[in-house]
Amino acid sequence: MTTLPQGEAQPAAVADDGWRRLSVRMLLVHPVREVVRLFPLLVGVLFAGSSTGRGGLWALVGTGIAISLGVLRWFTTSYQVAAERIQVRRGLLRRELVSVSLDRVRTVDISASPLHRILGLVRVNVGTGLSDRKSENALQLDGISAAAAERLRDDVLRRHAAPAVAGAEEAVAAAGPAPAPAETVLAAASPSWVGYGPFTLSGFLTVLFVLGFAWRIVSEAHLDAERLGETTAGYLRLVGLPLAVELVGLALVLLAVVAIASTVGYVLAFWGFRLVRNGGGSLQVTRGLLSTRSTTLEERRLRGVEISEPLLLRFARGARCIAVATGLRVGRGAERGGTLLLPPAPGDEARRVAVAVLGSADPVTAPLVPHGPRAHRRRYTRMALAWAVVTVGLVVVSVALPPLAWAWELSPVLLALGLALAYDRYRSLGHTLAGRFLVTSWGSLVRRRCMLATEGIIGWNLERSFFQRRAGLVTLVATTAAGRQRYAVQDLPMEEALRVADAALPDLLAPFLVREGDAPA
Amino acid sequence: MTDAIPAGEAPPAPLQLRPPRHFVSPRAIWYWALRALFGWIVFAALQVGFLVVNSDDGALQWHVAALAATAVVAAIHLVVMPQWRFRVHRWEATPLAVYTQVGWFSQQRRIAPISRIQTVDTERGPLEQLFGLSNVRVTTASAAGPLKVHGLDRQVAQTLVDDLARAIESTRGDAT
Repeated sequence: MTTLPQGEAQPAAVADDGWRRLSVRMLLVHPVREVVRLFPLLVGVLFAGSSTGRGGLWALVGTGIAISLGVLRWFTTSYQVAAERIQVRRGLLRRELVSVSLDRVRTVDISASPLHRILGLVRVNVGTGLSDRKSENALQLDGISAAAAERLRDDVLRRHAAPAVAGAEEAVAAAGPAPAPAETVLAAASPSWVGYGPFTLSGFLTVLFVLGFAWRIVSEAHLDAERLGETTAGYLRLVGLPLAVELVGLALVLLAVVAIASTVGYVLAFWGFRLVRNGGGSLQVTRGLLSTRSTTLEERRLRGVEISEPLLLRFARGARCIAVATGLRVGRGAERGGTLLLPPAPGDEARRVAVAVLGSADPVTAPLVPHGPRAHRRRYTRMALAWAVVTVGLVVVSVALPPLAWAWELSPVLLALGLALAYDRYRSLGHTLAGRFLVTSWGSLVRRRCMLATEGIIGWNLERSFFQRRAGLVTLVATTAAGRQRYAVQDLPMEEALRVADAALPDLLAPFLVREGDAPA
Repeated sequence: MTDAIPAGEAPPAPLQLRPPRHFVSPRAIWYWALRALFGWIVFAALQVGFLVVNSDDGALQWHVAALAATAVVAAIHLVVMPQWRFRVHRWEATPLAVYTQVGWFSQQRRIAPISRIQTVDTERGPLEQLFGLSNVRVTTASAAGPLKVHGLDRQVAQTLVDDLARAIESTRGDAT
């Protein structure tokens, strides 16, 4: 502990041999990447410069700067794992030393773009669960060899994952890279899972993006919208189909494109998916077709598992699984901020994985306690309120905008959809205490079943609106440092909420509980 | 372990969660009323400004009616809200847990074990200083809302913070 480097003041105390550099092959990655990134600029310089006759020169200067930036990064970036800390230094003019205790490391994320893979390199991101957005990539090493990355991962995670065995640490250090204790494969992708791709709608954004891009090209090309309209009308006359048929056709084509894009996206992201439990007490997810990614998560940070079923995926009886771990916020997008445990896959598979990860079948299979008729009624009243507001809006639109006079006709359709939604939302509501897990389920458009270990619960919030108080209902929120930070059990009868909260964390509520008829303490 | 919970599954009478024991300072009523009053004054000033700008559009009586309605709603709000809020806002700290109740229309009860508390701090806005009030904020490792006690008497707040600091010192762990 005495040699523990505290800051930039004493990096000299650590001998130079302790610091490792990025791979030399990285020198090839960065220039190529910089050139690609600067490509529009280079093209601009080339064109702007060509009018003065020195375009080639400027382009050369630009490329030169890009390449020297890459070389500089190699010279100035180094890292080491020593004395229970991982340290990264970088920067030429602004020297920077990031030093993080290994206790704080939550995840190690190793990813590789196709370019990286050709050169046998990877990018390592050590996740520390810092809430500060800026420091998210502070421990990122872009361009070290795959072998060095695995060694780094083992150094960072395994070393303190098994602190109980005093000799193990030295053994790992002596044996060098990965003694690789027993590994258990918890899940491996089957090619048939690709069928769930179209149901993820992940391609929707891509298609929107491409359409937007195409639209910009069209408008850049100064195509007259009016003339475009005339052309379309002429085309329709030529084909002789009514507009409605054309619109339906267009919608079908769009749907097919979205489905294909989603499937392609699924294959690219999740090809070769494997979830493995390492003997050292960590879970490792490996996936990706062109760009590969491998995320390692410490199991002692794991506080539970969430199974989510978006509506479309439910039609296909699919589900996905994400980890609930301290210091790991649940992210957006297909990767869920590195918490993904299983991509969209058969529902049975998702439940099997959840059981394997939690090490207990009860939370996954236990039947849920429904929340009763008052919670059921509340689903409908809330829906009706939202519907009334929307209907008023639609009527106003119908009256104010003559071309949209039909808008109010949407109202009954919305009512039917709303009723179905409210019914389904009630059906999803449920909770139970299974062993040492609090299980809560809610949602219709995305139905979720969260299984949270009670030792991960660090407090209760009991929330009651005026209407909930009248109905004798309460929303019980378990606060936690993991995942979403709050896991709510919606619209519980008060008594049941207290029973659950008291049973989950025995001594916490007890001093504040009274029985009816007792003299108030 | 605890005497309040019998071993059997079925309790003899339904359990109830009693509200926290301590009220906040009664001066908080005036503080809440004054704070709300500022909001209403701004709103009314905007209305008057609108009236002056559009004074010649022949709808003067509507403007005046709107202003009167604002005054009525504001008066009701200023009388009801602070009283209601005072009745709801309560707190209690035991050697094992902090328990708060806040809100008025929507109400929240929050309970956190002392062992999971990360920071305790007090803050005083300019208006609160005027009334000699303090807010105490207790945060845990969860981002899902810290526990706040608004409108405490300054002395009481200081005692609470000291008590909590002492209680936290005697617990261990990294509070996650």
